[in-house]
Amino acid sequence: MAIKPLLTKDFATENLHQLSVYEKTGGYAGFKRALEMQPDELVELVKKSGLRGRGGAGFPTGNKWGFLPKGMYPRYLVCNADESEPGCFKDRYLIEKSPHQVLEGILIASYAIGCNLAFIYIRGEYLPQTEALETAIDEARQAGYLGKNVLGKGYDIDVILHRGAGAYICGEETALLTSLEGYRGEPRLKPPFPAVKGLYGKPTVVNNVETVCNLPHIVLNGADWFAAIGTPTGRGTRVWCMSGHVNRPGNYELENGTPIRELIEEHGGGVWKNRKLKAFQPGGASMMVLLPEHLDVALDFDAIQKAGSLAGAGAMVVMDETTCMVDAARRYVKFFHHESCGKCTPCREGTFWMANLFDQFEAGDAKPGDIDLLLDIGYNIDGRSFCPLGDASTWFPRSVIKFFREEFQEHISEKGCPFKKSVQEAVA
Amino acid sequence: MALAKATAEQIKDLAARYPSRQSAIIPALWAAQHEQGYVTDEAMHEIAEHLGLPPSLIEATASFYSMFLTRPEGRHDVVICINAPCMLRGADEMVAYLERQLGVRDGGTTADGAITWHSTIECLGACGGAPMMQVDHRFEEDLTPERIDAIIERLRTTPASHGAEPKRPSPRPRAKKSQN
Repeated sequence: MAIKPLLTKDFATENLHQLSVYEKTGGYAGFKRALEMQPDELVELVKKSGLRGRGGAGFPTGNKWGFLPKGMYPRYLVCNADESEPGCFKDRYLIEKSPHQVLEGILIASYAIGCNLAFIYIRGEYLPQTEALETAIDEARQAGYLGKNVLGKGYDIDVILHRGAGAYICGEETALLTSLEGYRGEPRLKPPFPAVKGLYGKPTVVNNVETVCNLPHIVLNGADWFAAIGTPTGRGTRVWCMSGHVNRPGNYELENGTPIRELIEEHGGGVWKNRKLKAFQPGGASMMVLLPEHLDVALDFDAIQKAGSLAGAGAMVVMDETTCMVDAARRYVKFFHHESCGKCTPCREGTFWMANLFDQFEAGDAKPGDIDLLLDIGYNIDGRSFCPLGDASTWFPRSVIKFFREEFQEHISEKGCPFKKSVQEAVA
Repeated sequence: MALAKATAEQIKDLAARYPSRQSAIIPALWAAQHEQGYVTDEAMHEIAEHLGLPPSLIEATASFYSMFLTRPEGRHDVVICINAPCMLRGADEMVAYLERQLGVRDGGTTADGAITWHSTIECLGACGGAPMMQVDHRFEEDLTPERIDAIIERLRTTPASHGAEPKRPSPRPRAKKSQN
């Protein structure tokens, strides 16, 4: 399949982060074109393009915009740059390399939905990226792309860059809005959805960084052009973050529908140290494990879901034959336990008990009934909390128990981790 | 210790920048931490006063977010990731090496006051360069024992980093009251 990078096509250009260079590559032409259109036309264009959100859930972007109740103002656009899914580092890359592309996407989305004040919520850990966006906003303001009466078209728009302070949960859109309002980052019950009652109780759209980066290209080239790229239900490309046991980890923008095998073997250079592939995760910490038999599955929301996992935020974590699947699951469970906001009891307590049990497996203290106990705790978390953090904390460990149950049994019978030694050799 | 006049002014500006002054809590906590290195009770009370909000609200927010420090640390801040993508590429060995070289346990500060370090299970977003650590909020990727040695050496001889304040390219115009 031909590779057609859209978002990253100019990333080799030196100093692309500077406004003048970005403009030379065609930057802000999309926003200028958008300002010639009626906002409703833009919403229709994005609906027609089939663009789906790149933050994890894959919801159609144009439809999300269309949910805003008519005649209710002010409205807000919030760009979610709180990328924190373990395995995921694409938004960081998109911001670092081309902060103006992010900003241009935000301006287009803001104009389309009739918003005059947009926010970027960036995770606190992304300091150089905060600086890059801050500089881009200053440059764009000086050039007249934001402010009052933008480019003489009578449209006012300002963008506030808001820096978080260390909380994975704030990537969940309702927790993000709560955090942006100054509170502890706890999620809210949906409905009401943010489109109806979001930031400060006003209609709000939350769009991921990669999602908005697609907008200038869709506006310039049209919905049909975009719809011709990718698969019927997964238009366009995605930036895949590849990590773990591959020769060339990093970000790769690939057309949707590309086989997973191509990402791992061609772009990633295959499994490192000439080892065999044991398992991989196509969507970051939250998502279920897949096996070598799934290598020919397409990189596509629906195809990955059909194979038993989810594409999530587009993070491919590759594990070779020396990987202790129990320890990998233990890290993720400990992560979810650390990041549970504490609002819902099943998630707060359940992740604590799962983390305890996983520690016992690694330490050699687990008992024969503990595998089923893990499954039982998982069952009692999934679907019983406000937001998907609790649910997601159970998906990887439960899928690992399904496919690698014997490894858990070995941890019990051998009173500890049978992989420790080989893992240590692997990284020596 | 009271906040400097410039910090207090910055906090008042922040309050005017957002449609709701409550949204200025997190940026105000950052401002206090950038100035003083960590967030003191006194600073939280002062923030409450400047924003016209109850101190309990400021404390509730501050205690939720892992990046707000509530006690003084060493001049430099080192955080090393142990989540699965880093573990797969040898993070545990790097943690053991770092601990040995610094001679203090996870969460501790070196005797010369130069470095506070801890491991984190919260992914920092550099899995493509694993194993990685964050030094004064900037990423150091593809760690090896040699790279860790060089970083430690550098930190021991450089002054404090001011709580990871973003560098500003140009002076910002003072914010005006938002239209929304």
